[in-house]
This record gives sequence, structure tokens and C-alpha cells, in this order.
Amino acid sequence: MTTDPWWASETFWRKTAIWVTAGSFVVLVFLTFDSMSQITAGTRRVPAYSAINHRIEYRFDEQRHVQTPVIGAEEPLFGKKLTEQEAEALVEKGKLTIQAKNCMSCHTLLGNGAYYAPDLTKAWLDPFWGSREVREELMVAFIKDPSDKLHNGLGRRMPRLGVTDEEAHAIVAFLKWMSTIDTNGFPYNFKPLDQEG
Amino acid sequence: MTALGTIDSANLNGGQKLAVKYFSVALILFGAQVVFGLLAGLQYLIPDFLYEVLDFSINRMVHINAMVVWMLFGFIGSVYWLLEDESGIPIVGLKLGNIVFWIFTLAVAAVVAVYLLVQIGPGEHSTLWLITEGREYIEAPRWADIGIVVCLLVFFFNVAATFAKGKWTGIGGVLTLDLIALFGIYMAGMFYTTNISVDQYWWWWVIHLWVEATWEVLVGGLMAYGLMTVLGARRKIVETWLYIEVALMFGSGILGLGHHYFWIGTPEYWLSIGGFFSALEPVPLVAMVVHAVFDSGVHKMRSSNHPAMGWLIAHAFGNFFGAGVWGFMHTLPQINLYTHGTQWSASHGHLAFFGAYATINIAFFYIAVQKWRGNVWMSGGLIGGWKWKWSMVLLNLGMVGMTMGLLVAGYEQSQIERAIEGSSWAGYFAAQSHPWFQQGMFWRMVFGGMFAAGYALLVLDLLTIGKRETRPAQRPSADG
Repeated sequence: MTTDPWWASETFWRKTAIWVTAGSFVVLVFLTFDSMSQITAGTRRVPAYSAINHRIEYRFDEQRHVQTPVIGAEEPLFGKKLTEQEAEALVEKGKLTIQAKNCMSCHTLLGNGAYYAPDLTKAWLDPFWGSREVREELMVAFIKDPSDKLHNGLGRRMPRLGVTDEEAHAIVAFLKWMSTIDTNGFPYNFKPLDQEG
Repeated sequence: MTALGTIDSANLNGGQKLAVKYFSVALILFGAQVVFGLLAGLQYLIPDFLYEVLDFSINRMVHINAMVVWMLFGFIGSVYWLLEDESGIPIVGLKLGNIVFWIFTLAVAAVVAVYLLVQIGPGEHSTLWLITEGREYIEAPRWADIGIVVCLLVFFFNVAATFAKGKWTGIGGVLTLDLIALFGIYMAGMFYTTNISVDQYWWWWVIHLWVEATWEVLVGGLMAYGLMTVLGARRKIVETWLYIEVALMFGSGILGLGHHYFWIGTPEYWLSIGGFFSALEPVPLVAMVVHAVFDSGVHKMRSSNHPAMGWLIAHAFGNFFGAGVWGFMHTLPQINLYTHGTQWSASHGHLAFFGAYATINIAFFYIAVQKWRGNVWMSGGLIGGWKWKWSMVLLNLGMVGMTMGLLVAGYEQSQIERAIEGSSWAGYFAAQSHPWFQQGMFWRMVFGGMFAAGYALLVLDLLTIGKRETRPAQRPSADG
């Protein structure tokens, strides 16, 4: 019987497989704890839900060389300033509705989902809405009944999903909050709605 | 004992009888995947097609969910198929395994019926529990999640208890440990959170760690068994390779998870970690190609089952190109910033899921049907041998064509929508209406039709191959 060199031996590779797997997993668990501490709502990267009480901007950061969201002056959503609890409840309703209507099977959120409809990461800041004054109401009206609204030259339309008035307001709150997340510059080169006018 | 060439369950052991049930459902769901994929693809070309009846969102959801479940059924069936051979004893708790098969199948049917008939619900927790969870790939409502975990636990019990009572092999050990990860990781996706960054962090644990880690290792185990069965490769060789593949796969794949953490709010260190480790992910796939091709050469391509052998080779190359090359092409953050969330991902997704997983399941379908007909001849000069060859050509060519169509659309999107137009909605639609995008989608549809024809021929072939064949199977050659 011939003896195999160490690099061709079954035992060596079995041990390697176990150690490499266990080692990688331990590192992943460690990084997961660290990531969780950095993406809990209310941190620098993922702001508190009450950020919807403020104007959200998307500015170029000279140091990081990417655009980052900036939470600006007070500018409450639908003209009503909310407490942290109220804001969280509203955003939660929005997120629940987004899941219940299966938005991700056409749209992407933070770039993940399906590609049949536009990405919603910066939906709140998209120039499509025209101006700051009309944005909120246009968004609510569009979400409630998109079937007869302007979409695109393709004829591709969003269906009516039976979204209630309350749910539509909540979705807008969720979208506004989502636009505050620091996504390392994604989407790249985005030109937000002019909010100064 | 019935004559050669006749389907007879007496030819199968207990686990294999259960396996062919899983395979049958898998094949039907594969068909559902193709049908709903065609519908969704058509909606890119004819936007008002089935508007507010079966919207794109529903078709796409059924398309990808049918895929996940048929592949899972294929894997479960394949493991039941080899379990008694590997462990040397009848399956422990087979009765329970059989009951779970029926529960699992009925649950899948119920979920699909609700997807199609109810579709969506109000923005409340009850919708997430009963109708849909609305999270890509794991849209199944929470009750079904719990059911899936219970079913996987019973499956795990069958596997672990059988190996424990019989004998442990290298393949057995790897599969058993891998199954712990399979149901353990699924639970990471079974909770609600308002925080979309936290949501997607754990969601990727399920999607990535299933698809790019545990599933890959599972098919590595299946491949090892497949090569022993079909080629007569030596156990020591395939198991050593299996350990090498596990080390490389988990070593690159677990931290390769980081390539999904570039843009979801997670810290910047993931750009380096994700970029580095995911760039290594193709390495184990190269190892698999070398392994499969080398073994086939050693055995001078003399196999006991030509269709299965063909699909095992297709698996090795499909996995390497679909998962490895197509994944690597857009995995570094410097390019992913432009390609993330475009048809690039769809192109990669199609070729990778097909190349890595559809192929090896089809190989096992052929291994199963051969024995089901009394271990009948399936080497050269098969009666009606054109069918498996043509279905293989149509399926592979159809898939490559779809992949290319989507890739052209993806290139165009990352250039026009992202780089030039700055990712606005106007930019998105400028890209969607560009002739290059539309042409890509048109050709995807044409090749989708070719793929569907290949599927139909595959079903026909699986039902008829080996019929009226009187020669017993060719024995694979001993190791060279």
C-alpha cells in the first residue's frame, strides 16, 4: 500500500474543511454583531424613524467620494411633527404594507428585488415628483390608484393594489425614512429633486 | 420480478421509492417555473398582458418560488435516493418521511393557490402569516415557513439516524452536517422587522448562505455519489475532492456573503471583505470542473448512464460559468455599484441556478429512471436516444440564449440608467425603452421558448427512456 503525500490525503482535507468552515463562521458571527450595532435604527448609518420630521438631502461627501444622505432642517411629513414612537408606528405600517402588497416582486429596495419597475431607495428624492410642495400628495395619490397616472412611454403600468389612504401615507413615510440610510453611495450619480424652490 | 425496461417500484429500495415521489413533484414544479417565467417575460414585451389579472409581480413570484421548491424537492429526493446505498441499511423512520412528503406537497399546493387566487393582503401582520411575506424568494407566508422547517427537520432525522445506525461515509458526514445548516439558516428569515437594513441583512443569510454555500456543498455531495454510480469512480478519490471542495466553498462562500452588504446600509468594511472573498468563490467551481472532467477521462467516458453523465458534466461547467464566471463579473464593488439591481443579476441568476442546480437534479432524474426500469441499459445506442440529446441541447442553448439576452439588457442598463442618467426614474425608463434593452428582452423570450421546448422533450424522455430496452446496464469500468 502506498502512502499518499499530505496534500493528497483525505484526513488532511477533512480537517481543513472543518477548520476553514468553523473559522469563517466565527468571523461572520463577530462581524454580524458589529454590523447590527451599526445598522440599528437611530445610528449614523441608519437614522431614527423620526428623521421623517426633517428635510432629507443627498449630497456629495468630499472625503468618501460618494453621495450620502443628510438630515436637514425640520420639515415634517404631511405637515405633522411626530414623536419617535408615532414615527416608528407609521413607518412600520408602511413596511408591512410594502411586504403585504409584494412591492419587491416588481421594484427593488436598496437595489434588491425584481427589475420590472424602478428602484425605490431614493423614491422620496426622485425628480419625477416635480417639486417639494406637491410631492407628498402626488405620492399618496399615485400609490392608491396608479392605473390612470403618467408612468412612462413604454405602456408599463403599476396595478391597483387596494392600498388604503392610511396605508398610502404610511408607505410614503417608509420611503422617506429609507432615503436617509447611508448606502455607501448607491445609487451612484443620483440627481435628487430640487428641494430649495 | 418484472421484465427489464418496465417501470416497477420493486426495483427500488425504500428510500428510492420515496425519492421518485419527490422527483415527480419536482419535475411538475419545474414546468410551473417555465410557464410563469414565460408569462413574466412576455410582460416585458406586452406590458398590458394580464394586467391586474396576473401581474408581473405574481408571475415572477411563482416563477422563482417554483424554482426554489423544485430544486429543494430534487435535492431531498436525491439524498433519499442515495441514503440506503451509502449507509448500507434501510432508512430509519421512513414512514414518517413518507408522511412528511405528502404534507410538504399539499402545503406547497396551498401556498401556490393562495399566491394565484388571493395574491396580496392588507398591510397587517396577518397577511404575512397567511398570504405572503413579500420578501423576494421567501415570499411563502409564515405558516409555511414553520412547515418547511418541520419537514426539513424530519428529513434531517431520516438522514442522520440512518447514517448513525448504518455506516458513516465521507459523503454521509458532509451531507448530514450540511443539512443542519440548511434548516438552521432558513430560520434567519422568519421574523419581521421595520428596519429594512436589518431585514435585508438576515434575508441574505437565507438567500446567500443557502444558495452560495449549503446548496453548493450539497450538490458537491450529490456529484460525488453521481460520479461513483455512473462512472465507477473510486470513493477515496471523490471523497477527498469533496473535502477540498467543502473547504474552498465554505472558505470563500461564508464571508463572500459580504458582496450583498455593499449597499444596504451596512458598514464600509464589507466592501473589502465581500469583494475579496466573493472573488475567490469561483475557485471551488474550477476544482469541480477539473474533478469531473479528469474522472471522465480516466474512465474513458465509459459510463453506465449517458444522459446522467451528460448532465453531470453540464453541472460542472454550468456551475463554473453561471455561478463562478457570471457571478465574478459583477461581484467587485467597483462594478457592482453600476450593476446592482439591473438585468445583470437576472442574467447571472438564470445561468447560475440552471447550471449549478437544475442540471444535477436532472442527472439524478435519469439515474432514478434507469433503476426504476430494472437497471436497464442507458449507454451508447439507446432506443430513441435522440430525445435526451435534443432536450439537453434545447435546454442548454435556450438557457445560454436567455442569459445573453439579459446580459445585453443589463450592460445597457448599467451604462444608460446608472452611469449616464444617474439612476433616476427617468433614467430607469430611458434604459428600459432603449432598443438594446428591448432587443435583449425579445431574444430572451425567443430562447425562453426554446427552453420550454427542451423541457417538454425532457419530460417525454424521462417517461419513455429505457422502455422496451432489453439489455441490462453497462457496468462502469473499474478505476484506471
